[in-house]
Formats: sequence, structure tokens, C-alpha cells
Amino acid sequence: MCGRPDQSLATAVPVSDFDIQLHLLLEGVFLKYQHDFRNYSRSSLRRRVQQAMDHFGCTTVSGLQDKVLNDAELFSRMLQFFTVQHSEMFRDPQHFRLLAEEVLPMLATYPSIKIWVAGCSNGEEVWSLAILLHEQNLLERSVIYATDINAQALRTAESGIYASNRIAQFSTSYLEAGGRRSLSDYYHAAYDKAVFDRSMRRHMVFADHSLATDNVFSEVHLVSCRNVLIYFDRRLQDRALRLFRESLVPRGYLSLGSKESLAFSAHVDAFAPLHTEQRIYQLRA
Amino acid sequence: MERLKIVVIGASAGGVDALITLLRELPASFHLPIMLVLHVPPDQPSLLSQVLAFHCELQFVEAQDKQPLQAGWVYCAPPGCHMMVEPDGQDAYVSLNVDPPVNLSRPSIDLLFESAAHAYGQGVLAVMLSGASDDGAAGMRTVFALGGQGWAQAADEAAVATMPQAALAHNPRCKEMPLRGMVAQLLAVRQAMPLEMTA
Repeated sequence: MCGRPDQSLATAVPVSDFDIQLHLLLEGVFLKYQHDFRNYSRSSLRRRVQQAMDHFGCTTVSGLQDKVLNDAELFSRMLQFFTVQHSEMFRDPQHFRLLAEEVLPMLATYPSIKIWVAGCSNGEEVWSLAILLHEQNLLERSVIYATDINAQALRTAESGIYASNRIAQFSTSYLEAGGRRSLSDYYHAAYDKAVFDRSMRRHMVFADHSLATDNVFSEVHLVSCRNVLIYFDRRLQDRALRLFRESLVPRGYLSLGSKESLAFSAHVDAFAPLHTEQRIYQLRA
Repeated sequence: MERLKIVVIGASAGGVDALITLLRELPASFHLPIMLVLHVPPDQPSLLSQVLAFHCELQFVEAQDKQPLQAGWVYCAPPGCHMMVEPDGQDAYVSLNVDPPVNLSRPSIDLLFESAAHAYGQGVLAVMLSGASDDGAAGMRTVFALGGQGWAQAADEAAVATMPQAALAHNPRCKEMPLRGMVAQLLAVRQAMPLEMTA
């Protein structure tokens, strides 16, 4: 899924020296590595770039740029700063409860079910959805497409291996989300890790995909994209939402993060809120 | 002061009373957008915007991601996430994120102040009210570094003076002012505006 720049994505004019150098860094990263962060929210990026500067011992963004553009291995480590996400299994349990109680029964009416987790990061959400599908006997006829731009995160997501000190929180959220069994039915412990059931892996497809530069790849019934759009600027958010619109079947579902909103998007009229507070929307037919 | 484009306010313990005293004196037609971080518990809905709206003429809203900024509106940071300003050509909008707490705070006053400084440069006025941490002191340094200005609530008047005192300690050019003085200056700036800018 090799990407090309999207001409509709003009960027804001930088004011401070920091922002001017940040602008140049992002242009350089795009030209050299084809990773397009130019339309990420500047206010969120500044902190992350500052942290990368501290980590790599740089006093200016230009200094960081010099290292990043001349050292591909360093760039792959830099990617962790650009894309670091903090996810959990069954994060916001009420959200997953609604998916299980109101969305999955509708998806069950389709002969086969396709779900796209866009910006899946380390995959906690992917495995959560697989468990919910399994408990409604839907997993056998489901495929979950899990995409991200971060190859290292995709490998973690695919492995389904998480630190066991996170499992207590995951278990609590699983039960609050209406889980019907015990989360421990789905993983085995190995030293300080929890390894999730490999048989569920057969229903997942992991792929490198950028919401900034790539296009639609499949028709799906549910898009889950949580806490990704808040890190995009308005233009890139609208581009991502366009992809979701084009990808969803009529009356397909869109699940967003708790602080995200369609209200100020160009696509607000294309979706009807199914549950406003939990940010679950349905594409209008 | 004539170049002001935005007012950003940070407050914590004892901040609600100070906010009411400050903001109730500003008219509905106030010519700037105001962004406000008050430290609130992360896991329960905040009534801040309703409480302030009850006392004030300005319009208050719990900010939503990508919400455009408008004059006469006060954007309150939602519980449990950071609120910043994102420039967009001649305009600007709210940017939220769920990055980890900064300096133990989420929402973080530092992040709001820094984002305003980068977006508006000398068009920023940062105001530090009552509070018990030092959140905002570093953000105000960025505001000054990029040409903006800062005020801190007078120590003898702040319910908890730690936060405004930290802002003053880190920013020699920060002005210590009573709330009444802040109101007078803000209203004077508005009076001095050409008519079309106050419409």
C-alpha cells in the first residue's frame, strides 16, 4: 500500500522557530521515509518531538532532523515517539458493552463480518473485539483488519502478548464490558507475560496502512478508530473519515474514542449518532 | 495589548471563585476567545462550564476536539484530557489529546500555554490564578519567549498562592495583579479596539 501525497492536505504556516524547524523535519521525514506526519496536530507533536530531542540528545529540532535523515535505524526508533499510543483491552468498558449489545447483533445479520481497526497500535482493541465476537459465536465468520503505520506496534499486536501486570486492569474492564466468561479463558501465562489464544489470530489480518497516504482496501461493516483522529489536524481527520465512509457498507458502524467528535468534521452529516456519549455512529444509508 | 488574539487561563485549588470574579465582569461581546484549564478530577463529568455560565455573560463550553475558536466564548478543558490550540490559517481550533499527565496534571496548563504561544506568538495573554501546584509556570516561560505576556493573581488575594507565585518566580516579566486590575485592563483593551473588531 505505497502512498502518495494527498494534495488536499495543505498545512498551517508555522510561527515560532520551533514550529519552522518542526515543519522542515516533517517534510524531510516524508521525502526520505515516506511517512507522512505533516498533518498531525502540531500541538500534540511538539511535546513528542521535544521528548525525542531529549532522548537523542539534541538541543534543536534541526539537530534532530540531521540525525533522523542520516540514520534510518534512528528513524525507526523516532517512529515510537511520533506514534506512541496508550491503549488497553476493553478501554472505556461501557463503549465495548454497547458494541456487544447493540452493534454485534446487527453485524450478525451479515453472512460474513468484516471489521477494520484503523491505527491499531499494539492491538489491545483487536483482541478485545475478537473476544466479544467469539462470545456471540461470530468470530468464525469474521475478519478483523488491523492496520497501523508502525511496524513494531503491528508485530506486538500480532503476537497478542501483553505484560501480565496489565492483566488485572484488562480483566476488570472485560467484566465491566459485559464479558461472559473469565478473561483468563483467553490467555495462558508465561513468565511475566500473558499470551492470548492463537486460534483467534486466524481471524485477524495485520497490515501496514497510513490514513494520511493510503486508500480504501476493503468493504467493512464496522470501523473502530479510537484516539487516533485527535492526533490529526482537521484536514487529515476529514481524509480519514472519508476513507471510513468509502469503506463502510450502508448503515455500517463507526466507533471513535471518548474525546473525539464528528461535530466539526466535513462528514458530520454522513453519520447518525447511535450513542453520542460513547461515540458510536452509523453511516446513513 | 492591542495585538492580543487570545487569553489563556490556568487555575487549580481555589480557582473557581477567582474565575467567577474575573469573568463575570467581561461582556458577552468580548472580542477574544478565552481558553481555560482548571484542574478537575479525571473520572467524573465537570460542571465547570455550567457553573461559570450561570454567573457570567460570556458563552461557556466544555471544549470538543477540532472546535473552532470564536470571540466571546470560553473553552473549558474537559476532565482527563489535555486541551490545546491548533492554528489553522487565520483561524484556530481546539485540539484535545489523551497523552499522559504532564507535571502530574491532565489537563495541563503548561500544554495549553505552550500551544497558544506557538500558535499566536505575541498575541497571547496567559493568566495564572489560584492553585496549589506549579503547573503553568513553564508554559508561561514559553509565552514570554515567543513575545506574549503573563499575569499572575496577587498573592494576598489568591485562595492558594502557590501557582501564581511559581509563575512569578519563573517569569520576571510576569505582572502580579489583583483580579480587579485584570478586569480593568481587559475592558480597556476592548474599548481601544476599532469597532469592527468588537462586533
